[in-house]
Amino acid sequence: MRLKNFAKALILTALTTPVFASSQDSDHSDSDHNEHTTSHQNDAVDTKEEIKSYIMHHLEDTYHFGIWDKAGISFPLPVILFDEGLHVFSSNKFADDHGHHEGIAESSGKYYKIDHAKIYRTDAEGTITYAKPFDFSITKNVMMIIITGLLMFLLFRSLGKSYAANGGISKGVGRFMEPIVLYVRDDIARPNIGEKKYKKYLPFLLTIFFFVWFLNIFGLTPLGVNVTGNIAVTFALALLVFLFTNFTGTKDYWMHLFNPLGNAMPWYGKAVLYIILIPIEILGIFIKPFSLMIRLYANMQAGHIVLMSLVGLIYIFGNMMGGSLSFLLAFAISLIEVLVALLQAYIFTMLAALYFGFAAEEHEHQEEAHAH
Amino acid sequence: MVVIGVGIGIGRIGGSAMDAIARQPEATNKIQTAMLIAAALIEGIGFAALFAVS
Repeated sequence: MRLKNFAKALILTALTTPVFASSQDSDHSDSDHNEHTTSHQNDAVDTKEEIKSYIMHHLEDTYHFGIWDKAGISFPLPVILFDEGLHVFSSNKFADDHGHHEGIAESSGKYYKIDHAKIYRTDAEGTITYAKPFDFSITKNVMMIIITGLLMFLLFRSLGKSYAANGGISKGVGRFMEPIVLYVRDDIARPNIGEKKYKKYLPFLLTIFFFVWFLNIFGLTPLGVNVTGNIAVTFALALLVFLFTNFTGTKDYWMHLFNPLGNAMPWYGKAVLYIILIPIEILGIFIKPFSLMIRLYANMQAGHIVLMSLVGLIYIFGNMMGGSLSFLLAFAISLIEVLVALLQAYIFTMLAALYFGFAAEEHEHQEEAHAH
Repeated sequence: MVVIGVGIGIGRIGGSAMDAIARQPEATNKIQTAMLIAAALIEGIGFAALFAVS
């Protein structure tokens, strides 16, 4: 039963994230902005420029899966556009003579070009018209999300099966996963949501914990993916938390929002206070998931930038001393990043559980808390 | 400036948590949880401010 819920929540996440991941306008303007601010700090040193563009390129989502871009080792991904009809073609069509993905792709009478990691409609000569088709492409990030979803599904399905087969004892990789699942249940869900209702939220919390954790870890592998460091992905995750919180909110949750003082004060006193209080409470509903989104995105983005900058330092120093120093630094930071990957997944789940706890609170619960 | 403030804030939280754990080692789990939540909230504000600045 629990497994079924788990699978449901997993499919929900897997289905919603790619949609948002492919329509990431805010991210676009953001990275533009970053490029702008960093560009006038750097002097005319060529390596610096190159490293900077390499880092920026790494942080972006791409239409092909580059294993080693410099050597041209990459494999194409499907591009799916909806522009007065469905266009499906391989991202290899964008490749130009130099092996970059800067060429013009033609698909049933329409021409497209990638500019700043986004697809725009062009004419046959390649003049960008700044008309954007609806983009549902399987980009690198979407690909990684699908892979992670499948991995989680297979992993936890086999874990569930091994319980049934072994009479309640896990085996294999489940031995490693079981304590983590139990930790999420006993130390995150139970104390924050409460004994009565935690079971309802547990599948979602487990899904989001492992999803974020796996993606963070994947971000540290040489695959060069940066999924949780993409604000569209974290936006989708935060949106799910927002929806779950507000659609499962009890009467007491809404009472707390719109009538926090209850009968403790006559109506004229409340009217004066509520002019200030209620807008703040309503803002709070939105700020909570917003901070979840920003925290995960900024942490992962910052971690990637720091790591890649340290690796880039090796090329700037260009000698034995500086090179080995920055290698040691990069190594230390990578170890810290492994910790951060877990910590951010933990904090995301923890705060989501806390918000669910607010939504699930009931009145006798509050009185219990006061009595203690 | 933002980073200085956030650094001081999280540093104080960490230090206070250390004190608290030293005083009551049996409450380590609860203190750690509260510490992480507070640190995360401050960090969130710090990041938001960083974005506003850049």
